[in-house]
Amino acid sequence: MSVLVVAEHVRGELRPVTLELVSAARELGGPVAVALVAKDPSALVEAVDVEGVDEILTVTVEQDAFENDVVQAAVESLVAERGPRAVLLGFTVDSMGYGPALAAKHDLGFASDVFALRDEGEAIVAQRSFYGAKVSAEVEFPGHDRVVLLLRPTSWPPAEGTGGATVTEVTAPAVESRARHRDWVEAQVGDVDITTADFLLSVGRGIGDKENLERFQELAARMGATLSSSRPLVDAGWMPTARQVGQSGKTVKPKVYLALGISGAVQHLAGMKTSGTIVAVNSDPEAAIFNVAHYGAVADLFDVAEELEKLF
Amino acid sequence: MKIVVCVKQVAALGDEVEFTADERDVDPDFVDYALNEWDSYATEEALRLREAAGDGEVVVLSVGDEDAEEAMRRALAMGADRGIRVWSDGLTGADPITIARALAEVVRAEAPDLVLAGVQSSDAVQAATGTALAELLGLPRVAVVTKVEPGDGAATVHRELEGGLIDVVEVDTPCVLTIQTGINEPRYATLRAIKQAEQKPIEEREPGDLGRPAARVRRMFVPAKGEGAEMMDGDPGEIARRIKEIVEERLA
Ligand SMILES: Cc1cc2nc3c(=O)[nH]c(=O)nc-3n(C[C@H](O)[C@H](O)[C@H](O)COP(=O)(O)OP(=O)(O)OC[C@H]3O[C@@H](n4cnc5c(N)ncnc54)[C@H](O)[C@@H]3O)c2cc1C
Ligand SMILES: Nc1ncnc2c1ncn2[C@@H]1O[C@H](COP(=O)(O)O)[C@@H](O)[C@H]1O
Repeated sequence: MSVLVVAEHVRGELRPVTLELVSAARELGGPVAVALVAKDPSALVEAVDVEGVDEILTVTVEQDAFENDVVQAAVESLVAERGPRAVLLGFTVDSMGYGPALAAKHDLGFASDVFALRDEGEAIVAQRSFYGAKVSAEVEFPGHDRVVLLLRPTSWPPAEGTGGATVTEVTAPAVESRARHRDWVEAQVGDVDITTADFLLSVGRGIGDKENLERFQELAARMGATLSSSRPLVDAGWMPTARQVGQSGKTVKPKVYLALGISGAVQHLAGMKTSGTIVAVNSDPEAAIFNVAHYGAVADLFDVAEELEKLF
Repeated sequence: MKIVVCVKQVAALGDEVEFTADERDVDPDFVDYALNEWDSYATEEALRLREAAGDGEVVVLSVGDEDAEEAMRRALAMGADRGIRVWSDGLTGADPITIARALAEVVRAEAPDLVLAGVQSSDAVQAATGTALAELLGLPRVAVVTKVEPGDGAATVHRELEGGLIDVVEVDTPCVLTIQTGINEPRYATLRAIKQAEQKPIEEREPGDLGRPAARVRRMFVPAKGEGAEMMDGDPGEIARRIKEIVEERLA
C-alpha cells in the first residue's frame, strides 16, 4: 500500500519539510506519491522529484496561496482515488488548518507532532511527546488501516538526489473556499539581525519579570552577545518580534547559544537546535532543552547571571 | 454576539514522574493543573469581541472531569458568562478527534456566531482539536490566528505562518478560529471576580456517540537521554566560569 506525501509550499517555494516527509515515507515502505496542489504545480515538480519518489500527483487549483478548503478537497480526492495507508503532512501551520479535519471527516487514524515512525507489518506506530516534551509516547491506531500523520519538522533527513518519478495530473472537484487569502504582511524587521550573530544570549519566561530584562541586556553587552528570546517575552511585548527565536520567529545558528530559563518547547527548538554549541541553564532538571544542549546546568539563572556579571 | 470558547485544563509535570499501572499515561499525582495558556488568550479575545459588539454571551466549554472546573472558573473569572462541561469516563486520555466529537454536539446546540479554541494544548500539543471541531460542525476555520476583525458575514483574520509571515485571510462566519498567544494581553481576574465566578453556572453534559478513537497511547515513557548535555556541576560561580571558558573557546 502506498504512502501519500503532501508537498508544502509558500509563495512559489517548496518548504524544506516536504523532502523530510519523503524520507519518512520511504522508511514506511511501499510506493511513495507526492501531491502537489498549486496554481502552477509544474513549477514545483522538479523540486520534489527526488530519490525515492515514485509518482508525483499534480492538482491544479485556482488559488495561488494556501486555502484550507481547497487543499483539503484536493487531498481528499487523492486519498479516495489512491487509498494510501498513510498521508504524511508537516506539523506546520498550513497542515494544522486541514490535517485534523481530513481525519475527522473520514474517520482516519490521526497523530500530530510525530517524530518517529515504526511499521509493525500491519500497523503503524508513531512516537510523539506529551507534557512539555518531558514524556514520550508510542501511539497506535487500532481499527484504522489509514492514518493522517503530521510529522515534526527536522526529524527526518531531507531526501536528496534525482528521482524520475511519473507525473500524473489529477483533477479535483472545485470547492467553495470559505477562508480566502487576501494579502501578505511581512515579518517585522528589527534593529539587529539575530541570524548573523555568533553568540546569542537567549532569555525565556524563566526571567520572570519585565524589570529583569535590562539586566540581561547589560549582561549580553558585557559578554559580547546579542540578546534574543523565546516567544512568551515577545507576546508580552517585552522583546521585539525580530529577536524571537523559533518556528514563528527566526532560525538561528550561532557559534554559541546560551539559553537562560527556556524550557525547550518543540517550536523553540525548531529555531536553534542546529546551533554550534548550546549551553542551557534551567532550574528544572527535566527541562527538554537539556535534550539538545551540549552543556547544561541545573541552577537558578539569576545566581548564574550574578556570577557571570563578575566575570565579564 | 454569542461566542463559544473551548478551554482545556492542562497538566504540567514537575521534576519527578511516575506512570499509571497500564503505562498509558502519567500518574495524576505527579502533575499540576492550569488553564491552557492558549485558551486564556482565546477567552480574552472572546471577551473583547463581545465588548466591541456591545452585547452577547461568552460560553466556556470543556471536556474534562470535575477537576477541570478549576480551569473553567479561571475563564469565568476573566468574564465569561457560563460554562458547559462534558464528561464520561470513556474520555480519559482521548485523542483530539474524539475530544472534537464531544465538543461538536454541544457547540451545534449552542449555535454560536463564533467558536474559538487555542492553537494547541501545552500538555498534548496536538494543535488539532479546533480544526477537527470545525469539520464536524461543517464550519469554515482558520488555524493559528493573531488578529481578528469581525465583519458582515465574514471576518478578516491574521494567520501567522512560520518565520512570522502573516497571511491575511477573509473567513466566512460563523467559523472556528484557533487562537495564538500574543494576540492580546489576557486580563487578570480580580479577587472579586474570582469569588463571583464561583456563582456562575457550569452545566454538566454526557457525550453522545464518540465513534472510534483516532489514536491510542500504547505506552508512555521517559525518553532516553541519548547523547544529552554534559552537565556542569558545582555552585553558580563554577558554572559561570565554565560558561566563560566555553564561550571563549568557541568564539576564538
Ligand atoms: C504555532 C506555534 C509557533 C510557536 N513559535 C514559537 C517560537 O518561534 N519561539 C518560541 O520560543 N516559542 C514558540 N511557540 C511557543 C512554544 O510552544 C512555548 O510556549 C515557548 O517556547 C515557551 O517559552 P519559554 O521556554 O520561555 O517558557 P516556559 O515553557 O514557560 O519555560 C520557562 C522555563 O524557565 C525555567 N525557569 C523558571 N525560573 C527559572 C529560574 N529562576 N532559573 C532557571 N530556570 C528557570 C523553567 O524551569 C522553565 O523550563 C510557538 C507555539 C506555537 C503553537
Ligand atoms: N478537553 C478539552 N476541552 C475543551 N477544549 C479542548 C480540549 N482539548 C483541546 N481543546 C481545545 O483545543 C485546543 C487545541 O488543543 P490540542 O488540539 O489538544 O493541542 C485547546 O487550546 C482548546 O481550545
